[in-house]
Amino acid sequence: MLRRLSLAAVLVSVLSLAACGSSSPDTAAPASSGAGKSLTVFAAASLTETFTELGRRFESTHSGTKVTFNFGSSATLAQQITQGAPADVFAAASPATMKTVTDAGLAPAPTVFVRNTLQIAVPEDNPAKVGSLKDLTDPKVKVALCAEQVPCGAAATKALDAAGLTVTPVTLEQDVKATLTKIRLGEVDAALVYRTDVIASGGKVKGIDFPEAAQAVNDYPIAALAKAPAPDPAKEFVDLVLSQQGRDVLTKAGFQAP
Amino acid sequence: MPWPLLVPALAGLAFLVLPLAGLLVRAPWATLPGRLAEPRVLEALRLSLVTATIATAVCLLLGVPLAWLLARTTLPGRRLLRALVTVPLVLPPVVGGVALLLVLGRRGLAGQWLYDAFGVSLPFTTTGVVVAEAFVAMPFLVIAVEGALRAADQRYEEAAATLGASRWTVFRRVTLPMVAPGVVAGAVLCWARALGEFGATITFAGNFPGRTQTMPLAVYLALETDPDAAIVLSLVLLAVSVIVLAGLRDRWVGAT
Amino acid sequence: MSVRAHLVVERPAFRLDVRIAAAAGEVVALLGPNGAGKTTALRGLAGLTPLSGGRVELDGAEVQRLPPERRRIGVVFQDYLLFPHLSALDNVAFGPRCQGLGKAAARRVAAELLDRVGLAGHAHVRPGRLSGGQAQRVALARALAVRPRLLLLDEPLAALDAHTRLEIRAELRRHLAGFDGATILVTHDALDAMVLADRLVVIENGAVVQTGTPSEIARHPRTDYVARLVGLNLYRGEADGHHVVVGDVRFSSVERLTGPAFVAFPPSAVALYRSRPDGSPRNLWRAVIDGIERHGDNVRVHLHGPIPLLADVTPSAAADLDLIPGQDVWAAVKATETHAYPA
Repeated sequence: MLRRLSLAAVLVSVLSLAACGSSSPDTAAPASSGAGKSLTVFAAASLTETFTELGRRFESTHSGTKVTFNFGSSATLAQQITQGAPADVFAAASPATMKTVTDAGLAPAPTVFVRNTLQIAVPEDNPAKVGSLKDLTDPKVKVALCAEQVPCGAAATKALDAAGLTVTPVTLEQDVKATLTKIRLGEVDAALVYRTDVIASGGKVKGIDFPEAAQAVNDYPIAALAKAPAPDPAKEFVDLVLSQQGRDVLTKAGFQAP
Repeated sequence: MPWPLLVPALAGLAFLVLPLAGLLVRAPWATLPGRLAEPRVLEALRLSLVTATIATAVCLLLGVPLAWLLARTTLPGRRLLRALVTVPLVLPPVVGGVALLLVLGRRGLAGQWLYDAFGVSLPFTTTGVVVAEAFVAMPFLVIAVEGALRAADQRYEEAAATLGASRWTVFRRVTLPMVAPGVVAGAVLCWARALGEFGATITFAGNFPGRTQTMPLAVYLALETDPDAAIVLSLVLLAVSVIVLAGLRDRWVGAT
Repeated sequence: MSVRAHLVVERPAFRLDVRIAAAAGEVVALLGPNGAGKTTALRGLAGLTPLSGGRVELDGAEVQRLPPERRRIGVVFQDYLLFPHLSALDNVAFGPRCQGLGKAAARRVAAELLDRVGLAGHAHVRPGRLSGGQAQRVALARALAVRPRLLLLDEPLAALDAHTRLEIRAELRRHLAGFDGATILVTHDALDAMVLADRLVVIENGAVVQTGTPSEIARHPRTDYVARLVGLNLYRGEADGHHVVVGDVRFSSVERLTGPAFVAFPPSAVALYRSRPDGSPRNLWRAVIDGIERHGDNVRVHLHGPIPLLADVTPSAAADLDLIPGQDVWAAVKATETHAYPA
């Protein structure tokens, strides 16, 4: 499903790109405060719930401004931005993906707004009786990890390296939601995912903390983009995310303050 | 040639071929040979070809009799049955993968029993890849073969019956050879679909190099970090499928 | 090797109800116009169309409940239906194979049969490359290869061009004569029926209207269809001694009859005149020309009047008479050429 969504997002952004090419009076209008403004936020998929909530709050305090989100894999979003997608704000799930945008000179001042840590996710009934990271090395325990190409996979590798453990997973999932699906359906006994994902899965999945997670903390940077079509609302949205109000929403979802 | 046909025909051709041209233009030709020799590329390619071929064989084994049932019998609810057969065509493949997990997964309806009785678990195995591919690709075969069966002149089967052939002999020695072009066309479509299968495979069989990571999965993951690698992988997949399909077409389908 | 059948097939707008019998070595032709039910009858015999009623007996044993593959009835279909993916030899060997013969033995049987129909040299040719006449002979060999108790032929010559037809007709007659089982063939062509069959069964609208030897039927047609088929003018009337009254026309005939009767005469027995002929021959009436067509060496004239009529005249006579549609003429028939028989 996630792939479908991100495909749709790509399609939307491509279409809006095309719309930009033909300078219609709408987009050419100066971004003055007032009715009919819009703010486009590209954000990592793991921020879907929290940012949707923050977007709603933003709209209620900035009447007339419509917030549009493009949630997807950070790497994909970064690519879209460097290819010229008309985004105002970019919130990435890793500094590395933000770096490709800063290197392109498009995100002048990224700020780390939250950090996410890994948990061991197990099915509700924890059939393999997993209690620590070391239990994942047991060949009888079926483990799903994210592929190294995606942030949760990179973090998992980092944590396992730090612990000096070698885990042979049965699968390297393409994103964290797919990994969680495998846990939820009981197809695997354990997985390494973000704490926020465990919380978002609503109780069907149990999260187990492990000390080595401290070695693989993932920072989430956010930046108002240099070529933002709506620079003022962009800054204001970033401010909201960094405010106490924003932090409350994010920590409730399992993120940690930086 | 009438232009109301020619113009849309050329537009259609361009529509289909231009994305391919895009891949060719953007391909990192300089580093291509080195990338191709990477063991993980060859591994994924081998896995893709093997699983797509086995999946096609499975589809033939199950799909041809199913097509016969749909085309030649008058069992009640046949229309509903035909609609059901095409479900995998409209179902988003990822949903198909989830559905397969719910049935054949370790805790699935049938999978649970398989696991308890034989210790067999299909997800995350190469067999699981074949299952996912066959699930998604079978409708192509069934539809093609059913069409061929409907178009075939049934009087030949009657002629065979008057010569003393049993129903099974008629099917084997008359019906099947006469619809062979349809079966081959269906198998080719089926194989192509299986080769490109992504969603159901990654959902049901997961992704692990050498075991369940087929070319499309490798392409998708490469896209996350290394778009050039993704283009190379796509080109390999395309080249291989074009060679195989063109070869088959000339040989079997009899098109020029 | 004889067959007796009562075939009943009910369809929404059609009912077939015919009785057919053929003895061993006998060739019976089912003759009738298109849509009469000939092919349905044939399919009913073969078991390809289920019967609504009746029975099929082969050598006294009922077979109507057996599926076609267990009846041992050979069928030569109208367009032969040779399996396109098999060679001529394997087409013929198909039946013996199904009867349990090994591949080599079945091919030996097939080769022998192909040789008998003069196609030994075409054994390995696919049906697509055979001429119509060759395909017909392969189809016959294929049907005979199962050593059938009954041989059925559906319009065996219809798919052939005129020239091939002549040749194949004579040859088919020879092959049928050599077959010791019963043969039933279906045709709408009177000539095919007359040449090939020992006995004719004429079917119209799903029912038998006449049976008999070809010569009986040719001389004594009992329906318009049969009369047209054998090229006779046929009328039904009331006989009174040496006269048969048909509508307003009174025919004198050689035979002496009373009661309902048929009068038949060939179109060549009709003479046409522009004015009333002298000597006032009997069997004379006024008629109007409907149309004219070539018919062999003569000209066939279609006329109406008190009774519809076909007349054949020579081209020179036609020119002298200045025959054009709508023209009034006198039609006369010689009493010696009319033929009257009880209806």
